[in-house]
Amino acid sequence: MSGAEYLLDGRGVSQSLGAWVAGLAFGHEGKTCIFGTTDGVLHRAVIAAPQEPWAQHQAHQGAVLSLRADGKDGVISGGDDGRLMRLGADGALVELARYGSRWVDHVAAHESGVRAAVVGKAVHLLDGAGAALKSLAHPTSVTGIAFDAKGKRIAASHYNGASLWFVAAKEDKPRSLEWKGSHIGVEISPDGTHVVTAMQENTLHGWRLADGQHMRMAGYPAKTKSISFTAKGRWLATSGADCIVLWPFFGGGPMGKAPTELAGGDQALCARVACHPQQEVVAAGFDDGLVLIAEVASGRVVPVAAPGRGAVSALAWSDSGTHLAFGTEEGFAGLVDLSRR
Amino acid sequence: MSDTARAPVPVTVLTGYLGAGKTTLLNRILTENHGQKFAVVINEFGELGVDNDLVVDADEEVFEMNNGCICCTVRGDLIRILAGLMKRRDKFDGIIVETTGLADPAPVAQTFFVDDDVKRATKLDAIVTVVDAKHLPARLTDSAEAQEQIAFADIIVLNKMDLVSEAEAAEVEKRIRAINPYAEIRRATKSDVPISAVIGRDAFNLARILEREPEFLSGEDDHVHDSEVNSVSFEVDRPIDPERFNAWITQVLSSKGQDLLRTKGILAYEGDDRRFAFQAVHMIADGDFIGPWKEGDPRRSKLVFIGRDLNRPWLRRGFEACQAGEDEAKINAEIARWSPPSA
Repeated sequence: MSGAEYLLDGRGVSQSLGAWVAGLAFGHEGKTCIFGTTDGVLHRAVIAAPQEPWAQHQAHQGAVLSLRADGKDGVISGGDDGRLMRLGADGALVELARYGSRWVDHVAAHESGVRAAVVGKAVHLLDGAGAALKSLAHPTSVTGIAFDAKGKRIAASHYNGASLWFVAAKEDKPRSLEWKGSHIGVEISPDGTHVVTAMQENTLHGWRLADGQHMRMAGYPAKTKSISFTAKGRWLATSGADCIVLWPFFGGGPMGKAPTELAGGDQALCARVACHPQQEVVAAGFDDGLVLIAEVASGRVVPVAAPGRGAVSALAWSDSGTHLAFGTEEGFAGLVDLSRR
Repeated sequence: MSDTARAPVPVTVLTGYLGAGKTTLLNRILTENHGQKFAVVINEFGELGVDNDLVVDADEEVFEMNNGCICCTVRGDLIRILAGLMKRRDKFDGIIVETTGLADPAPVAQTFFVDDDVKRATKLDAIVTVVDAKHLPARLTDSAEAQEQIAFADIIVLNKMDLVSEAEAAEVEKRIRAINPYAEIRRATKSDVPISAVIGRDAFNLARILEREPEFLSGEDDHVHDSEVNSVSFEVDRPIDPERFNAWITQVLSSKGQDLLRTKGILAYEGDDRRFAFQAVHMIADGDFIGPWKEGDPRRSKLVFIGRDLNRPWLRRGFEACQAGEDEAKINAEIARWSPPSA
């Protein structure tokens, strides 16, 4: 294949980071894209000059396990060294918290400044200055967290359901969303009306918060490890099949509605999905290394990166939607400029 | 797919009652100079400290699977931890999972059969159970978990041999054999077994199922209570009809799976020159062809059940009826009771 068939070759830069890319995020300040690898390093690319060497920051003694954009700029990361770190857009590395020998499995942050870190059964909340606010206790280990769009609530998935907490509540008692079985990841719809979890048994489960209506979304050949709502919440894009599976969250769906399947046919499993921050466009990374972008309405697909450089393990858009970045299990990382020319 | 190209990481499961010497064995494995590096998953309530670079604290969260099977349980924490460890698998050669003294080994073993990611990236190498030669008889009497840990073991380290006489040791081995005639027993003092005896054994490999000759007690033990774990084993001469066997074993596992801890078999399928290996943990089964029968070896099918309340005649009749042409054989036998021999 000629290189021009893939956007990465004409519009992107790539690097070999030397270790499994555990997470990546663009800073909300719009200047940096930061990749976290399982040798504990945060690699900081400057969007205006991506071809310059990416600065390396040894954030963890061990592996980076999770990484998200921080509230204002840069990223926060959790590691198997029990630490919660922050790397600013300017390259300043700060330890926000230290939780002993336990892994910091998941992190999240909201633009309001609040941050969350999962350590075993606890979700620790910190404020924008890094001070501990409170710890939310769960019956079993927490497998995923998500803030709602306003940063007012946080959902945590665990065995037998999910818990929905008000961040600022004086009395800490969650709304329990119950469904038997092991839940392994969670998202809240952009309008805050639905909570969706992925499950151990290759299914998704959802709750409509207004009336507690259950939603079961099944039919996956593998576990769904990545779920992402489109910007206005009309579609839920998911991994776990040999295509991008999108469930309609409009017109009465997803109950009784068949999902839309995009970009199938290559027999590789979809490993990561990321919805564009404004358009109904979804990026997907497959376990053969293929990265592509698909428009939901037309189903049209634009290839971003060729297969063969490791299963895609991280994928994210910049806030402006002009840049897409991905990383793979083999430590390959790409940053692509999609701005109109 | 990048991770499938790499050899699966061997996982050794270390079980044993509190005070049996499990942590001593673990520390021996870690400190002995064998050039191998291990990631160690320990439980919160470990007896002693473990000195190793890569130690992960686990919570032993046993989860039921939503598949309508109540005995299908997995270790949810282990699925998560193994996935995390796989992201830097160049850092170690193997993984050791230590369980608490009161743990039922089934969920740990089932995790390796049920979860696709775990199945792809790792393999269960062996379940090693450390027992205290002095106190095991008492534990077997008062604890279901102690029996299960023996039943699930591929290798049993019979520890604290310095505290028992030869007669006591022989009696303990007899108790172990009644539960699990297939496990390899290693006598030890202060858990001093060679590392090669417990690591890299590949005991869960289908190709090695029933490789060891069982050490059954002489004569059938007629003093086993229903509530206790014991084992039965059957052999048949004629080839097995695969469809009949599948139908039968599926029915046995689904109706008796809770009581059946481990099932293993080597089968000679009719019209096939390859050996078929079969194993199950409770209701979860796995089976595959494992290469041809040896030239000249008798093609006898063998099946072993380890569990509680085993109905020996019922299981025997069922297995025998799986032989190809069994109906015809029964009719012939019936006729033979009165018909004269052919001229």
